[in-house]
Amino acid sequence: MTYAIDGWFAHSPEDGARLLGTRCTACGTVCFPPRRGSCPNPRCPGTDMEVLPLPRRGRVWSYTNACYPPPAPYVAAEPYEPVTLAAVELDEVGLVVLGQVKGLTVDQLEVGMELELTSGPLADGPLVWMWGRAS
Amino acid sequence: MSAVAVLGTGMHPWGKWGRPFLEYGVAAAREALRDAGLEWTDVQYVVGADTIRNGYPGFVSGASYARELGWSGARVASCYAACASGAQALDIARARILAGLCEVALVIGADAAPKGFFKPVGGDRPDDPDWLRFRLLGATNPAYFALYARRRMALHGSTPADFAAVKVKNALAGSLNPMARYRKRVTAEEVLASPMVADPLRLMDICATSDGGAAVVLASQEFARRRSVPFVRLAAVSTVTPVFPNTVLELPDFATDSTAAVPAPERPFRAAIAHAAYEEAGVGPEDVSLAEVYDLSTALELDWMEDLGLCPPGEAEKLLRDGRTALGGSIPVNPSGGLASFGEAIPAQAIAQLVELTTQLRGGAGARQTADARVGLAANQGLFGHGSAIIATV
Repeated sequence: MTYAIDGWFAHSPEDGARLLGTRCTACGTVCFPPRRGSCPNPRCPGTDMEVLPLPRRGRVWSYTNACYPPPAPYVAAEPYEPVTLAAVELDEVGLVVLGQVKGLTVDQLEVGMELELTSGPLADGPLVWMWGRAS
Repeated sequence: MSAVAVLGTGMHPWGKWGRPFLEYGVAAAREALRDAGLEWTDVQYVVGADTIRNGYPGFVSGASYARELGWSGARVASCYAACASGAQALDIARARILAGLCEVALVIGADAAPKGFFKPVGGDRPDDPDWLRFRLLGATNPAYFALYARRRMALHGSTPADFAAVKVKNALAGSLNPMARYRKRVTAEEVLASPMVADPLRLMDICATSDGGAAVVLASQEFARRRSVPFVRLAAVSTVTPVFPNTVLELPDFATDSTAAVPAPERPFRAAIAHAAYEEAGVGPEDVSLAEVYDLSTALELDWMEDLGLCPPGEAEKLLRDGRTALGGSIPVNPSGGLASFGEAIPAQAIAQLVELTTQLRGGAGARQTADARVGLAANQGLFGHGSAIIATV
């Protein structure tokens, strides 16, 4: 399987799906998507960002869906099923990360509910990270 | 004192007219000049708020407008800051006036918008988050508005009926505004029966994209005083960035900033935008007579009210329900009808907000008039961290 974007997440049979962020080696600020170059902390002169796999589980900050097919460059499935989106809080790294939700509709989601990272294919094939039911 | 005078305002009605954006901008500019009692050749500085969906003339809109109005040798600038473009253009113009480099400036913004969802500008751009969010997630603008709306429901117990009440209020105001695109009153039942777009937001909760144009003539207060007619003052233009770490998921981002190393700032971004304007104008929320806020969705109007300090967090629905934000209420919000009645004409919108503030502060808003209006506040936010807020005073 090919990834829809390189270096933002990884999927392995033994480790499952993990988002790949970066951590500034000077101040510890974490970023997703992974960041190159200068640290986003305005008071940190750091430029060395190390890759950091992000926690696999988090709590729903908010969620929604796309009742109509999103425009290109999104490739919508035919027939179209509403895409569910969730923004998930990862407490340990102080981030909220947006992703599609796999296998759950908005009626099955709640703010505060625990979700776990997984991955799944876009309609045209490549893999993207997705939030799924916590195992 | 850092204020400049608003001498004239003009608008081209919002709609879906299908004509070139320059036509709307020039019509608004001519109206603003007429209103100011000035000729185009009196303008020493023209600033265009750019549009990115109308080809090259849109990227250099200042010169495009100047050419349409006839080359006059005026100084010229063009700027883009997404939804904050209009405020940015106002800020550039007032800075040149306050620096003493010119006395009279004309600021113009107009757009001709495509149908349907805004999509990224063309071409494969995998290094552009605005392209990637569509490609990887199918995350449209309404998706982000819906995330905020759902979050509000979870935190404050807001309901779809509250959101519908915002639309009903704004549609009523818009029905009285000849510049608005949507002039029909609506009922809560109609809003709640409109198709779901991005749960919990329905079609009538979400602002449309429109054609329209707005312009203002700004001048130094010395210039305005020489004319011996009362004038409205542009007392503050806030164009701040967020402060790291920004903990609200902003359009078009995939994630927030992290609080792992630095705690969240005292004020979230939207509140900080307003705070900077209050500081600059030397007024506070208690002084505000009316507010124009960027109601990209009905729910977002409620968030903005709290960010502007018009009420504590979680109490916007109460103000709405008590009719205090309606026409004739103690603090009308979006007396123009807001984006709900206009739809968004991106580079024109922040200028249109100033047009409404000026009209209200002059006492010329007719059936929409706020009694004894003395201080008007407009707030807005541009993609990728362009804050925008304006305070105008009598």
